[in-house]
Amino acid sequence: MLDAVQIRADFPLLRQPENGRRLVYLDNAATTQKPEAVLNAIQDYYRTTNANVHRGAYRLAIRATEAYEAARAGVATFVNAWAPEGVVFTRGTTEAINLVAGSYGRANVGAGDSVVVTAMDHHSNLVPWQILCQEKGATLRMVEITQDGRIDLADFGDALGRRPKLVAFPYVSNALGTVNPAPQLAKLAHAAGAVVVVDGAQSTPHLKVDVQAIDCDFYALSGHKMLGPMGSGALVARPELLEAMPPYHGGGEMISRVWDDHSSYNKIPHKFEAGTPNVEGAVGLAAAIDYLGRIGTERIAEHEQALAHAAIERLAQIEGVTVYGPRGHRAGVVSFTYGDIHPHDLATILDQDGVCIRAGHHCTQPLMRRLNVAATARASFYLYNDLDDVEVLAGSLVKAGALFGYVPA
Amino acid sequence: MDTSPPEPRLSALYQELILDHYRRPRNKGTLEKATHAVSLNNPLCGDEIDLQLCVDGDAIRDVRFIGRGCSISQASASIMTQLLKDKSIPQALALAERMGAMMRGDETAARDKSLGELRALAGVAKFPVRIKCALLPWNALTDALKT
Repeated sequence: MLDAVQIRADFPLLRQPENGRRLVYLDNAATTQKPEAVLNAIQDYYRTTNANVHRGAYRLAIRATEAYEAARAGVATFVNAWAPEGVVFTRGTTEAINLVAGSYGRANVGAGDSVVVTAMDHHSNLVPWQILCQEKGATLRMVEITQDGRIDLADFGDALGRRPKLVAFPYVSNALGTVNPAPQLAKLAHAAGAVVVVDGAQSTPHLKVDVQAIDCDFYALSGHKMLGPMGSGALVARPELLEAMPPYHGGGEMISRVWDDHSSYNKIPHKFEAGTPNVEGAVGLAAAIDYLGRIGTERIAEHEQALAHAAIERLAQIEGVTVYGPRGHRAGVVSFTYGDIHPHDLATILDQDGVCIRAGHHCTQPLMRRLNVAATARASFYLYNDLDDVEVLAGSLVKAGALFGYVPA
Repeated sequence: MDTSPPEPRLSALYQELILDHYRRPRNKGTLEKATHAVSLNNPLCGDEIDLQLCVDGDAIRDVRFIGRGCSISQASASIMTQLLKDKSIPQALALAERMGAMMRGDETAARDKSLGELRALAGVAKFPVRIKCALLPWNALTDALKT
């Protein structure tokens, strides 16, 4: 396992006590804390390099442009993108998926076509497809999940029988921690003639990701879930698809020539980056990627899996706790309920011990309905968590049980 | 930095009365002849309430609710239904106003006997993210009475 105590020393927020105790931050699937290296990169950018990119003829603007494009190359390398111009900076996963739906989807999905999603998709990989299908008169087909929280491959195959135009799924489920067999799903979807969209919000921070090995067509990621700044993220796509797609947002930067009544557009990826981009976000994300790279994504993945398994084992010792999702290979996300104690109440009680967990539907309401719960509590781990955090979590839960007078049935 | 021991605040929040209403909600169910009905949910946390009222002239004759949510929202709904029976609409709206004041930390409201068992929820005011839980049924009530 990683030396989490040493890693925590790099994170100013984690050094700050919460309610008089050491902060135990277990909401990493929502967002992550930032190391000094990222904070410094953002500050250095504004102190030494800030100018608008792709515009100025002066040296400062050129340095800013170089920093921005170096960040793009960093993202491309990190996920083994097809090419740096296949990386479009966005505000995050949500905007990346909306870009695909609003551009590729509107141009290629028509009345009577179908689009496939799964019952474990985050609302950000569901609602954009609902909007598209409603607009086009297309059918949205939701693939069911199995009892243990995996994509039901029989139902997935059935959905592909309609030869959908597009198939979207998450690489890692934010609510269950399921690691989906992305290459296998992409291969099946391609064989059925579909374009494949992978929600990488929960995989990019936690696994070694290779989009060419997955062999998808679009891959969306968020910077803030991988130690980078909020409002940073990217759509990683096959360049030839981006070339053929109509623009998403209009404005400066995305154009080539502009006449009174029409325009020609810039080359990719700039065609999809209208307006002044979030350069600070890109630079911060690049610093986060460097930081993660120094520790190693494989080591981070092993560390989190060890924590998840330890947490599942420890929670199982508390009578009344139910853990959701697969028992075997999984990511560091542990969703659970505790008897009739509502997850919000658990979150409030744990907060008093400086333990931050998420309580709610995790932006997966269709999934919650299938689990037959209104909400779950969720602990999600990252490289700065350790077994001590698991112990604090368990101890605080026992306290919650006592406070509520939880009596095992 | 808050270094006060956390337990007293928690026990003020989760009083026995609250947990009792959470586990044994009063007036849970539906009315056959409801004159007013409203469904409200909190999209952030998923708390839900379906509230039904039977109003005769100016008087609330009966109240029922179906809800899913945390102890605070469900206890608040349960206590509310008890308080509302045979109240006039202006009295009900006045109670909603006093409840809102108590959640904003108004100490006189927290001592107001007209709030009855609701006063057990006064501690919620110290937990800002939970205030919306306590107010969900009351927002449903004011929505219902305005329609």
